[in-house]
Parts: sequence; structure tokens; C-alpha cells
Amino acid sequence: MKNAAEFLQTNTEQNDTDDYLIDNVSRRTFIKQFALSGFVLAVGLPTLLRADEAAAPAASGKFGADAMPHGWVDNPLVFVAIAADGAVSIICHRSEMGQGIRTSLPMVVADELEADWSRVHVVQAPGDEKRFGNQDTDGSRSMRHFFMPMRRVGAAARQMLEAAAAARWRVPVTEVRAEQHRILHIPNGKTLGYGELAKAAAKLPVPDRDSLRLKNSTEFRYIGKGRQGIYDGRDIVSGRAMYGIDTQLKGLLYAVVARPPVLGGKVLKYDASAALKVPGVVKIVELPSSPPPAEFNPLGGVAVIASNTWAAIQGRNALKIEWNDGEHASYDSLAYKAELEAAVRQPSKVVRQQGDVDAALQGAAKRLEAEYYLPHLAQAPMEPPAATARISKGHCEIWTCTQAPQLTRDKVAKWLKLPEDKVTVNVTLLGGGFGRKSKPDYVIEAALLSQAMQGKPVKVTWTREDDLHHSYFHTVSLERLEAGLDAQGKPVAWLHRTAAPSISSTFGPDSKQQMPVELGMGVINVPFAIDNLRIENPPAAAHTRIGWFRSVSNIPHAFAVQSFVAEMAAAAGRDHRDFLLDLIGPARRIDPTNLGDTWNHGESPALYPVDTGRLRRVIETVTREASWGRQLPKGQGLGLAAHYSFVTYVAVVVEVAVDEAGKLSIPRVDVAVDCGPQVNPERIRAQIEGACIMGVSLATLGEISFKNGAVQQDNFHAYQLTRIDDAPREIKVHLLPPAEFDTPLGGVGEPGVPPIAPALCNAIFAATGQRIRQLPIADQLLKD
Amino acid sequence: MTTLNINGKSRKINLPSDTPLLWALRDQLGLTGTKYGCGMAVCGACTVHIDGEPTRACVTPISAAVGKKIVTIEAIEQDQTGKKVQDAWLNLGVPQCGYCQAGQVMAATALLKNHPQPSDADIDKAMSGNLCRCGTYPRIRAAIKQAAGLPEVQS
Repeated sequence: MKNAAEFLQTNTEQNDTDDYLIDNVSRRTFIKQFALSGFVLAVGLPTLLRADEAAAPAASGKFGADAMPHGWVDNPLVFVAIAADGAVSIICHRSEMGQGIRTSLPMVVADELEADWSRVHVVQAPGDEKRFGNQDTDGSRSMRHFFMPMRRVGAAARQMLEAAAAARWRVPVTEVRAEQHRILHIPNGKTLGYGELAKAAAKLPVPDRDSLRLKNSTEFRYIGKGRQGIYDGRDIVSGRAMYGIDTQLKGLLYAVVARPPVLGGKVLKYDASAALKVPGVVKIVELPSSPPPAEFNPLGGVAVIASNTWAAIQGRNALKIEWNDGEHASYDSLAYKAELEAAVRQPSKVVRQQGDVDAALQGAAKRLEAEYYLPHLAQAPMEPPAATARISKGHCEIWTCTQAPQLTRDKVAKWLKLPEDKVTVNVTLLGGGFGRKSKPDYVIEAALLSQAMQGKPVKVTWTREDDLHHSYFHTVSLERLEAGLDAQGKPVAWLHRTAAPSISSTFGPDSKQQMPVELGMGVINVPFAIDNLRIENPPAAAHTRIGWFRSVSNIPHAFAVQSFVAEMAAAAGRDHRDFLLDLIGPARRIDPTNLGDTWNHGESPALYPVDTGRLRRVIETVTREASWGRQLPKGQGLGLAAHYSFVTYVAVVVEVAVDEAGKLSIPRVDVAVDCGPQVNPERIRAQIEGACIMGVSLATLGEISFKNGAVQQDNFHAYQLTRIDDAPREIKVHLLPPAEFDTPLGGVGEPGVPPIAPALCNAIFAATGQRIRQLPIADQLLKD
Repeated sequence: MTTLNINGKSRKINLPSDTPLLWALRDQLGLTGTKYGCGMAVCGACTVHIDGEPTRACVTPISAAVGKKIVTIEAIEQDQTGKKVQDAWLNLGVPQCGYCQAGQVMAATALLKNHPQPSDADIDKAMSGNLCRCGTYPRIRAAIKQAAGLPEVQS
């Protein structure tokens, strides 16, 4: 791949280089890659004809990929191109943000296609869901929703190549077989390479879905093996990988924006005279603020446009701005916590009920209550939000790190008042996303600033301060739990009040109630065998933009529920694992709607029941692997937690050591995961390891707090993340043996996060007797 | 005009002399492998080598790098130790999103040049300035040991 400087030279208008490798940056390059000379299987790009014909019955069903905007597409002509030299290009239409999807999804296609992985090129799709199917890379859905469509893409392309070879040889298609980039005539051993067949194959009809011969799982070369390595690995370790912040175009201008410190704030007046004197500053542009709800709208403010990023930052420092802070100017995290405490201490809206909790609590031999607090968090991807826009002849072209390419396209089109087909969104690599980059406010800023500069290319870079001050924050929450135990220590009553501002407040009038989606993340749908249970949802108003953060509301819910179960076990004088298994009860498959969960992570209740057998199995596995029950010296302990989210079952044992000064260390974490069939086990392990460290980070250090309506943390010295010296020294991931590949897949990117914080706090309790109910742990363990 | 020696070549930079090296590399020279993460030397994403020392480019004015040898991630594969680190990184599948990894590779390369057989404490000390939000730390540790020819898990 070229380096960025060469790219700067080549990626200019009307440049017609055949460079194959700058593959996730420019749409022109995208098309060129698919239309290389000699190319053949994918014809007629970029027309949408075949894609639309073959488009899946989007939204005709109710669950899974069918329920997502634009559903799925499995047309090989959309996803696969084969050049005359045999080079196979496979489109990845989901965003790469560290989960390995640019390796794993094309690998699925390549396996069914019988392509030689070393001859596969991955091409990143621009935002175009009518063509590619849903592209919202969130919800731990990419593999879950596209494993089968991508298998069909590969199988259909393979069958077209087989048919072309059979026709060439004038033999029945049953006499030929695809094998590693060539078609073999079985009786006499003749072969034809894919490159030799591609042109003829492309003229054949795409086989009907029903006529596809998918491989048996025993025939997989790549799926389930995890031996492929990371597709972008070499580019990453050589500094050649291109992220959203790296886009370079001829004549590029660089912008940073001073945004209102408080949500809903506006510029009262500003003085740009000093800023304009900073060498390199080109122009100051005021951006409009938007009325609530915040939605994906830019926050407004004052932009400084310059000839390089540093000049823009210096210019911003020199701006004098007076803000009108608006209605959220008194938001204060300490005061708000007290509000949440008051809210959970009185009866409120019942969202699930069975039996008679009040009577059972009255009659209980022992009663417990506890409250758990979790502050706001910022996703803080290492690459802050960044986007580049250029407008030429009524067409806006975007280069950005986005989890939501089509949504971004829609929003830019709306803001620029352009038809959707006049907006192209090129998707770069994402330097982390974690939910932040699902919200294209920063991309709209770039588009508006390019417009303000007569269409010249403008890159908006968010500084780390911007990222921490203006995220779509993980909610702040207070969870109150009450339980009753009978004389034998058996739980007889469970009351949970969950109060947290809802993501829905970002998109409409603030109802102050959690949505089914949020309640379905481990609070309403606890699969506990307990006769008397009531879940309530007290109101909680939002005073900042609430958004989704990797694993979302599962984090506070799992923290509270799994900590409280450990407290109950201790009160009952029982082993935590045994108590938890008894509380879950026998193996059974529960219809989630019977647990009050109408959402079920968007999946069919029939295909994806809550399977307590699988939940039990991950608990049994992880406790066995971690030698649960072993004796440890004073100051050391093991903690357990289990959580079901994104239709995947995870259980964790954390081992901690707390020294006499109260310093915490984590020698080892064991994680057992049942996510159904494992397509790329190596990347699944990596995701679970990473989720573990993100869980440790939020539990020990993570806190965004507000004062006078504004975020108090400016940079990583204040919003701290776990570093290598405080990370768990060893993380052992135990993937449960997969079922056959005909069972549905679970999510992987998110479900590893929620059980970490409670397992860690349960371990601290085992080690020290100190119960942590407020995160982050910060200095709570320190003596003096 | 400032002249710097970058990756063995003399490069002219037409920016004020207090401009951080990071932005000169990225915006003027197109060497975007060196990443911005914090701008205040607390995340390590911008790590380069200046006369062999791992240095945060985001707080190093170009005037302070005059007359010194600057090596960025784009040239580290030409260094024997750097190439070993890169290969170990890929063998063990270290990168997730990859954004911080240029800085991690630069920090690890500098560590191994100074401590060819680093202890866990050496690794902690050399690498704790480099944040990774994806959580690749266990594999970073293992890859450093692999590049050093050490057993990957020390007990």
C-alpha cells in the first residue's frame, strides 16, 4: 500500500490510478477495484439493478436481520468480484472497529466459495443499504445476522464457477468440484482456475437460494478455525492502515469546533479577532445549534478552519465565546445521584410482576436491601470522532470512521438538502467505536463546514477534550434491590427498582422511563426461579445526550443483579456458585416474553429462548476452570458473575489480590462463553479479552461527572482507562464447544463486558469483606 | 522553514517552530501512521523515536527535533528489532482496532533495544504510557516476550 503522502498525490480528482490497495478510502477506488481490467464476475457496478432484484425480503419478517432497516442481501454479484488473474475481491459491508469483521465476514464468503484466502482482497463498502443490506455495526449483530447470507453469497458464486467449467468442458455439473481457487473435473483431473472462468460465470444466472449447496461444517476450511490472521494486520503494525482521522485530500482544510459546554447551549456572542491572527487560521464559521431532541444533530458552536490541525486548535484556544447554557446548566452529578436515590426509595411504575413480593418480604426470615450506583461513562475510542467532507458539482463525498454508514448518508443528505444519491459515505477503518461512532453528529459538522467553504474538502477532528465533553454518554444509574430469604436461606422475594435516564431522551420528548430495549438488558428478564418478583422503573430525567456504550444497560443491571445475588448467598451462608445455580433453577428454555421481555435483542423468541441450561453450563465451566472454592491467602479472593446478553451466555471468575495498603491487582480472569457456533474463534477470544479489560476499566476507574451542566473530565489524566500494569495479568477464555453450525449464532462484541464489574467486586468482597456498591472503585479500597 | 531528519531523509517543514512534531508529520508530510490520541502525552498513540528514545510527538515542538534522527512507524520495519516486534504482533493477533498499535509497536521496539530480555516489570514500565481502549494488553505482553525470544507466560 502507498503511504499517506503518495496517497495525497494520487487520490485527487480525475485520478485514474489502478492502485488496488487504498481500499477503504475512496469510492472511486472502490469502484475501480471492482471494475479492474479483466474483471468479471461482478458486472455493471455501480448500478443497483441486480442488488435490488436480489434484495432480501427486508422487514417482511419481524426478527433478526429481517427486522433491521434494509434487511440483508445475499447476491454474489454484489459482494464478489473475480479478476482475470484470479484475484478475488470480497466486499465487507460492516464497519471494522476492532472486532475483526473485515477478516471474519469475507472469510465466510471465501470458505463457501472455495477461494484461496491468500488471493482474497477485502473491499470496504460505502454506505448503501439498498445495495448491501443493513450496515449498522452495533448490537453485536454482524456475524449473527450475516453468517448465512454471506455463506449463500460464497456458495452461489462457487456454483456459478462450477457451472461455467462444466459448460466449458461439456460435462455434467455433477462431475465438477470447486477446490481452492480452481474447478476440478473429477473423472480426469482437469482443472480451470477461477480467473479463467470468471467471465463466463458472470453471464450465468445467479442460482436460486433453494438450489444452493452449502458446505457441511466438516468441509469448512476457514470457518470455525480462526487461522487466517487479521486481514489489516500488516497495514496496522506498519502505520499504513487508514482511519477516519487520516484522510488526506488535495487542498484539504482542517477544522476544530468549539461546542457549547452544556447540552442545549448556544453561542451568545464571540470574538474571533485573536483566533484569526493565529498563523494558518483561514476562517471562523459559526455552526447553528439545534432544538431538542439532540438526535444525531451537531451541537453547534464556532468552528476554526485552518491549514493544519494544530493551527485550528490554537485558533480555537484564542476564541472568546460567551455561551447561553440553557436549561441543563444546573446538572450536577452529586445532586443527581441524590435524586436517583430518592426515586428508587419509593414505589414506582411496575414493569414486571409475579406473585406477591410485599407479602413475601413481610414473611421472610431474613431481608436484604442494597443500592448500586454507576456513573456516566464515555466510550472514548482511541481515535476520536473525525470526518472529511468535500462537495463538488452538487455531490457530497464523505470519508469517515462510522458505525452507521447509511444513517450517516441520510443525515448528511438531509442537512445539505441533497438527494441521498448525491451523498457518498466512504467508510474508513475505525479506531474503536464502542457505540460513539454510531452517531454521525461529527460527520454533519464536516459536511456543513465544507459547504461553508464552497465545497472545499474539510476535515473535522475532535480533540480528546471534545470527545470526553460531547459524547453520547452511557447512562447514569441507581439500582435498588430488596430480597427475602426463608429460614433455609432460600430466596422468596425479589424487588428491583432501576432508575436511569433513557437513550430515548436523545431522540424524542424525555419520558423519563426506560424503553423495553433497556429493560430487556438484564433487569426485567432475569431468569430466576423465584415465586415473588417485581421490577419497577422510577423516572429519571436526562440532562445530557444519552447514548449506547458497548453492552449498554447490561452494565449497570448486571453489576447490581450479580452483586446482589452474591450478597444474598453470603446472607444465606451458602456458596455463591451453588446459590446462583439454585436461583437460576433447572435447565429450561424460557420464552423471553414470559419474562416481560418483548425485545429479546431483536431476535425470535422461538429461535432464541432464554436457555437456563446454557447459562448454568457457562457457570459450571468457568468455576471448574478457575478452580472455584480453592483456598487463597489473606487478601486474595475469587468472585463470580454470570450474565446473558446479546443472546450469548457469559460467566466470569475474577481473582483479585488486595494488599495491606488497599492496592488492587488482578492476577487472573477466567471467562466462559457460549455464543453458539464460533465462526472465528481466535477473534472471539480477542473480543472477550478486550471486553474483560474494558469491564475492569469501567469498574475501577470509569467516571464522567457533571458540574454546572458541563463534563468535568478533560482528557485521559482525568478520565482514566486501565493501563497494561493494572490490567488482569492473565485472561483465560473458555469457549464452550459449539453446537452444529445450523444453530443460531449469538453476539460476541458486547456480552463479555457486563459480568466483569460484579465478578470483580464479588472477588474484592471475598478478599477483604468490603462490599463495593458504587462504581468506579477508584480509591475506595485504599487505607488512609 | 525547519529541516528535520525523518526516517533517514531530510524533510522541509513550513510550519511555526512551536508546532508539535505530530501535526507536522501528519498534516504536512502525510505520515499519518503516527496517531493523535490526547495531545498531552498521556496515551502514547503518537510515540516516535528521536535519537532512539521513545518520544511523544504530540508535545514535542519541531524545533526540539532539529538535528536529531526521527524514526516513525512507517520506517520501523527496516529496523531489525522493529520487524521482530511487528511479526510477533501479527503472530499473536495483537491488534483489534489497531489505532494505538503504531505507538505500542514503537514503544515495544524501544524497550527491546534497551532491554533485550525484559522482565514483566520492565514491560509494565515501558508500556504503561500507551493506552489501548480495545484491551490488547495481555497479547502485547506476550508479543513482546515472543519478540524477545522469551517464554510467553512467566510464572
